Amino acid sequence: MRIDLNGQTRETSATTLAELIAQENFEAPSVASAVDGQFVPRDARAEFHLEAGMKVELLSPMQGG
Amino acid sequence: MFYGTDLKNRLLLGTAQYPSPEILRAAIAASGTEVITVSLRREGAGGSAFRDILKDSGCRILPNTAGCHTAREAVTTAQMAREVFGTNWIKLEVIGHADTLQPDPFALVEAARSLCTDGFDVFPYTTEDLILGEKLIEAGCRVLMPWGAPIGSGQGLRNIDGLRSMRAHFRDVPLVIDAGIGAPSQAAKAMEMGFDAVLLNTAVAKALDPVAMAHAFSDAVAAGKRAHDAGLMPRRDMAEASTPIFGMAELLA
Repeated sequence: MRIDLNGQTRETSATTLAELIAQENFEAPSVASAVDGQFVPRDARAEFHLEAGMKVELLSPMQGG
Repeated sequence: MFYGTDLKNRLLLGTAQYPSPEILRAAIAASGTEVITVSLRREGAGGSAFRDILKDSGCRILPNTAGCHTAREAVTTAQMAREVFGTNWIKLEVIGHADTLQPDPFALVEAARSLCTDGFDVFPYTTEDLILGEKLIEAGCRVLMPWGAPIGSGQGLRNIDGLRSMRAHFRDVPLVIDAGIGAPSQAAKAMEMGFDAVLLNTAVAKALDPVAMAHAFSDAVAAGKRAHDAGLMPRRDMAEASTPIFGMAELLA
């Protein structure tokens, strides 16, 4: 199915958020996740089922003022 | 002072816009800061190097919600930041206008209330408006961060009288001048006026020599604080000789 990951369309076989993070080679402990604008805590990722069209954001520590 | 954390160094430093990671690292060290601000973004190049700088700095991390225009975005960003950085501290920015980067006071209070209820230690980026400050305190904020001038403008303290009123009104609330500071003299002025700390980024990052400028700001903030603690003399409209008249010679022939 197709999802939106960090603003880009992705074709993925992942069915949960945890699988997606692993398949896309993100370092699971150093990113925070949100789906469709809602925060998804780290320990809820394995249970979080993805559906086509969902907007996933995986964010990392970056420079800021 | 700040949610139970006392700071010796009253300069809080942003980590964006430095010419290189090495200069950022050196500027943090030169500033002597104990608190640095960071953001959450889609990871670009150099992400892991940046995480090393954060860890090595030994500083407390103050994540921001920069770029958020609604309370909901800011709340989600804060929740994500709490997990990644392992801190309840959040610099809450809810921007009302893209050109002025002025806070949206209504969304700011809404987000602050939600985050304080959820156990966050909220540092709201606000204006010098007293009623807005009251509403933020009512919402649960124990620190207020009024702007000096628009973010990145380097204009200094644009409304000195308003900021002075704010300092007098919120006698027991830690107040941090956040944004708009361009020169160390402006940071010293804020501290002389009794503000508890100064938060800045661009003035250091965009200096010709950011490391030297970080040092200069550190000195200015420390000098301003010492001056405030020492008690400044009252201003006078007329001159008053400092050398005594008593004992002066008659030399007119």
